[in-house]
Amino acid sequence: MKHQLDFEKPIIELQGKLDDLRKHPETHSMGVNFEEEIKLIEAKIEETRRQIFSNLTPWQRVQLARHPKRPYTLDYLRTAFTDFEELHGDRLFAEDRAIVGGFAKLGDQRVVVLGTQKGRDTKENILRNFGSAHPEGYRKALRLMRLADKFGLPIITLIDTAGAYPGIGAEERHIAEAIAVNLREMTLLDVPIIATVIGEGGSGGALGIGVADRVLIMENAYYSVISPEGCAAILWKERSAASKAAQALKITAKDLLHLKLVDEIVTEPLGGAHNDLTAAAATLKQHLLKHLGELQALPAAERLKQRYAKFRAHGHFLERAPTPGEQAETARKSARKSAAKSAAAIPATAA
Amino acid sequence: MNLAGPMPTPYIPAMATTIFTKKPPGVTDPTEPALNSPPTELQTAFVKKPKLTGSKKKKRDIPEGLWTKCPKCETMLFDKELDANLKVCDKCAHHFSIGARERIHSLVETCSFEEMDAQMISVDVLGFTGAASYKDKLASNWKKTNLKDAVITGIGKIGPHRAGLGVMDFSFLGGSMGSVVGEKLVRLIERSTEKNLPIIIISTSGGARMYEGMFSLMQMAKTCAALAYHARARLPYISVLTNPDYAGVMASYASVGDLILAEPGAFIGFAGPRVIKDTTQADLPPGFQTAEFLLDHGLIDAIVPRKEMKARLIGYLDFLTVRQNNSAAATA
Repeated sequence: MKHQLDFEKPIIELQGKLDDLRKHPETHSMGVNFEEEIKLIEAKIEETRRQIFSNLTPWQRVQLARHPKRPYTLDYLRTAFTDFEELHGDRLFAEDRAIVGGFAKLGDQRVVVLGTQKGRDTKENILRNFGSAHPEGYRKALRLMRLADKFGLPIITLIDTAGAYPGIGAEERHIAEAIAVNLREMTLLDVPIIATVIGEGGSGGALGIGVADRVLIMENAYYSVISPEGCAAILWKERSAASKAAQALKITAKDLLHLKLVDEIVTEPLGGAHNDLTAAAATLKQHLLKHLGELQALPAAERLKQRYAKFRAHGHFLERAPTPGEQAETARKSARKSAAKSAAAIPATAA
Repeated sequence: MNLAGPMPTPYIPAMATTIFTKKPPGVTDPTEPALNSPPTELQTAFVKKPKLTGSKKKKRDIPEGLWTKCPKCETMLFDKELDANLKVCDKCAHHFSIGARERIHSLVETCSFEEMDAQMISVDVLGFTGAASYKDKLASNWKKTNLKDAVITGIGKIGPHRAGLGVMDFSFLGGSMGSVVGEKLVRLIERSTEKNLPIIIISTSGGARMYEGMFSLMQMAKTCAALAYHARARLPYISVLTNPDYAGVMASYASVGDLILAEPGAFIGFAGPRVIKDTTQADLPPGFQTAEFLLDHGLIDAIVPRKEMKARLIGYLDFLTVRQNNSAAATA
């Protein structure tokens, strides 16, 4: 019961009642049949769960994405993949355990898998730096991706990080460059790449292994340019406005799909992936295999073209003066007078 | 983000550049024929009222012969001389920040710069409302800076070289990278690749533009992707880092130049110093994240003072673009 989120409480309470009933039938043994009551409670749990999880706020999804029991990369490597053989090191400076990678099989396909990895307890979290990679992690990732490219192995990346590590050593060894080079190099790798945000998609640290032919996101994961807390601190001047920021930034799977920033949502079992790892892993595997099949059917040149076009298309802008309507909102007072002028200016600027 | 100027006036927003510039917002400098003149018709249509108050405030607040105190050596510098000196203190060589247009003017040959996508502006795609809405932020920055967004792109001649040139301006929303910055740079890179031109991008930025959410993050991937194809065509890309240069821009196009140069004293990094201090609880080493620190750690090619920039860029382009045809000789 230790790891519960606020909105999970009603479910946990019901679960507790249910357990009590089951554990101590003798305390209730007045000759009454409790089978019926157990069934009732079970139904109620199911109903409550459905109600809660179909109405999650963006901030609640962020909390789910950070749930301490949420499956991490290595959990999916044990379940959705087989024969994982970890490979270490960037060949330059150090082994960064915040990013794991190596050979694995997805179904009967040989693939190279990479993913950011958080720790399950304090000791492991120190080892894995809470899932925040140093430059060495991104350079190891690139080394393994180049290896995959050389031997024609598809690349699967699993993303779950609050962000790249903001530390002195990371700066001294140029973490910005490590990420930037990955963005450039991943554009031109011949093999299929599929990236899936399985938990937290924290900004550049996530994107550093996120340039892919397909970008998937799990139902309760989020992907954002800045952490909701960071955004709240800057724009609202208080970190407690994080829930407002989470709302404004449009970071949930549903929002991102709607904005065409991700290709597909991987649905999670009711109650979140941590509630049923086997089911979550099976769904993930199914999605990965489907996309891998589609990508392998394409010639490499076509894949690269589509990969470029996909990222090329991200962005919204106007190539003309603001319309009178927009002006009315921004510069209310001068709106009426300038409407005629800006209308006249549009053909001139289009030329 | 507001670097309080040494002589703050009640009306001028306290960005260093705005104070030092004598040009009032909304007035085109006639001495800049090399640039596409800003679209005055649109501009006046859009900020008619502010422009009027702008000229009034100039009369009232700016005293005759404005002097600026150098924050480093505390010398009083006559504004006119400071401008003539490309906003570099002639006593201690402190580099003040400089606007994108002034910088382009200092680099390209007269009348050679053809600006691209000068009309492109940001839209509030997420309907972002925080303490202030993105729409209001944009409106006030258009007004304040007389810029359309945080980058100006185009093709111009630098010495004998035609090159794609992208120059960022910190005064527009902290040089933040949103869809417009990404799109303008990508179009510049694509056009340069198509026309076999080298690219020079002079960046200064606080990072990605939060108001555009994930769209701003994706500009990192987008610009790097375009540069990948430019690099594959074996064309030179020189990245120039100027003060300050952080986060999303540093973790994308600014860090993948064939050559990476920096202006003296510029603060450059991935995470901001405060974030690092808060996270690590460690004291930052002296000179941390300065251009000099980056040079000592092997992260950049050279530090180039602003006044030498043009000559050095020409030199590098000379060296990289004159084809020696080694391969033909070898195979012949």
